[in-house]
Amino acid sequence: MNNKKILILSLVFGIIFGFLLQKGGATKYDVIVAQLLFNDNTVVKIMLTAVITGMTGIYILKEFKLVSLYPKQGSFGINAVGGLIFGVGFAVLGYCPGTIAGAIGNGYIDAAIGGTAGILAGSYLYALLYPKAFIKLNNFGNYGNKTLPELLRVNDWVMIFFTVCIVFSIFMILEAHGY
Amino acid sequence: MMSYLTQIRWSPYAVGAGIGILSWFTFIFLKKPIGCSTAFARASGMIGKLFSRKTINGKQYFKEYPPVIDWEIMFVIGIVIGAFISAYISGDFNIITVPRLWAREFGDSFIFRIIISIIGGIFLGFGARLAGGCTSGHGISGAMQMAVSSWVSAIFFFIGGGVTAYLMFSL
Repeated sequence: MNNKKILILSLVFGIIFGFLLQKGGATKYDVIVAQLLFNDNTVVKIMLTAVITGMTGIYILKEFKLVSLYPKQGSFGINAVGGLIFGVGFAVLGYCPGTIAGAIGNGYIDAAIGGTAGILAGSYLYALLYPKAFIKLNNFGNYGNKTLPELLRVNDWVMIFFTVCIVFSIFMILEAHGY
Repeated sequence: MMSYLTQIRWSPYAVGAGIGILSWFTFIFLKKPIGCSTAFARASGMIGKLFSRKTINGKQYFKEYPPVIDWEIMFVIGIVIGAFISAYISGDFNIITVPRLWAREFGDSFIFRIIISIIGGIFLGFGARLAGGCTSGHGISGAMQMAVSSWVSAIFFFIGGGVTAYLMFSL
């Protein structure tokens, strides 16, 4: 595919993603904050269903050599510290980088003006400090781009089966208690 | 069929399955996992270039992630359009300046909400870059690939988010 086709297809996939997020309610401030307070588990249900559906499909496609996987590099240092900083922003803003785009489409002005400006500024700040400021943190507990089955030395499909079972159990517990 | 498209809400399980299936197609056709936050980093470089081309060109980050329109920026623009279409056809599009839950706790000042949104956004953007992804890139796409980096990040997103939301809303 040439570059232009990729850009157009990406736009189409983005439209589908945005459509789905809105139908799930994940483009709304109140739904996202209610998730972070664990009063309403809509967002976690969407995410975990996407994970097990996607996981099963892409690992089958990988067996047939139709796709490659791109697990990200990381270390406990950057993922834990970056994750906590992200989490603070997630709660203070009430949107994440994907759902904020959906929130803009849904009509949220605070997302369009404040949130977007903030994310751009935060990303820019990181780019100014990269890579020097983060070398030590990146070396703390570095696991490269390992996957969980690689780290635990189990077969991919054992891990997938295990993950799907855990996710289903979580769903059953949530539904049984009316969450 | 049309009645489904105009429903305000779908089951979160149906939405999640849809996103999972969409991921198969992004892996097959784009050879990319779904992600959103790098688009903001590239865009910040594009804006920076308007002020100082030299600063941006000299930064290592923008050598690795050039500030140009790439697939992910198109994807994020698509999200805005897709969410608008869904909201509009189901009569769920509303201009909201201060979200309801926020107003109940912190009042309905628009200026105050915008200032806090900017601060929250800075943490979010910086944290996403440090962790190497966001709720989509790590939380959905990375987790489905079973990447260790993504599961660790996603867990800490919700620890940080949960504790902060508790301090803001439940105390």
